[in-house]
Amino acid sequence: MKSIEELAAIRERVKSNIELRENNENAKRVVVGMATCGIAAGARPVLNTIVEEVAKRGLKNVTVTQTGCIGVCKFEPIVEVYEPGKEKVTYVKVDPKKALRIVNDHLVNNNVVVEYTITSEK
Amino acid sequence: MTELSLHILDIAQNSIKAGADRIHIGVNEDIDGNLLTITVSDNGCGMSEELKNRVLSPFTTTRTTRKIGLGLPLLNMAAELSGGKLDIWSKEGVGTKVVATFVYNHIDRMPIGDLAATMTTLIQGNANVEFELDYKYKGKDFYFDTGEVKTKIDPVAIDNAEIIKWLYEYITESIEALRQEP
Repeated sequence: MKSIEELAAIRERVKSNIELRENNENAKRVVVGMATCGIAAGARPVLNTIVEEVAKRGLKNVTVTQTGCIGVCKFEPIVEVYEPGKEKVTYVKVDPKKALRIVNDHLVNNNVVVEYTITSEK
Repeated sequence: MTELSLHILDIAQNSIKAGADRIHIGVNEDIDGNLLTITVSDNGCGMSEELKNRVLSPFTTTRTTRKIGLGLPLLNMAAELSGGKLDIWSKEGVGTKVVATFVYNHIDRMPIGDLAATMTTLIQGNANVEFELDYKYKGKDFYFDTGEVKTKIDPVAIDNAEIIKWLYEYITESIEALRQEP
């Protein structure tokens, strides 16, 4: 049975690994729609998958945030990727499996997964 | 929505939009009374009497950019379909409290679902907001407060991925333990 006291040990371990967010040009910002439309469409597991995978891959230059209704509700869950100097990429109808691929292809290897983007929707 | 924890996530977003920095989530499984009660209350900006009276009507929103607004109406429908109802208390400058009740064993009462996932999603996206969870099951209680967690992990941030993962497991386990018969 877990107890809050365990956190002290985790704190010790994690504390030494904290690095200040690098203010670098490679900083990527991932935004997941989490309004009623997104939640109903399945955004919660998409967000959780992204957060977990980003941590697992040790991507220090990626921040993951949530936003409200983006305005194209029928395409939710939506994941936007912002990178300075590059055009915003909007992934639509994302599910956990697609989210994994987005993290690994786009965030790690800088290959946009074009088939998942809004521009690929008819 | 397929589970009540998704409704909770949805309504809590309203609290965040209202600028709340403390959000209380209550779940009471009163089996003996055959009643399930879900509460989301906040210390956000609150609503005027006029807005509060409109807010259960679909597409009522304070947003100006688009005509959205289904969170409260959908929860209201879920409650009414289960023989329950939705009550809203709000005062400008003080906050808002949303209480949804459901007949516990009603055939159309959707499951509570993954509440731990809802809590960690809220915490991950809003590290500066304090979230409390008060989960009651047959008179037993599990209480969780992000404030308490933060004092234990300082200077590590609560939205640190490892902390979030631990919190998910901790909340899941604690709720499961609560729901075990002694």
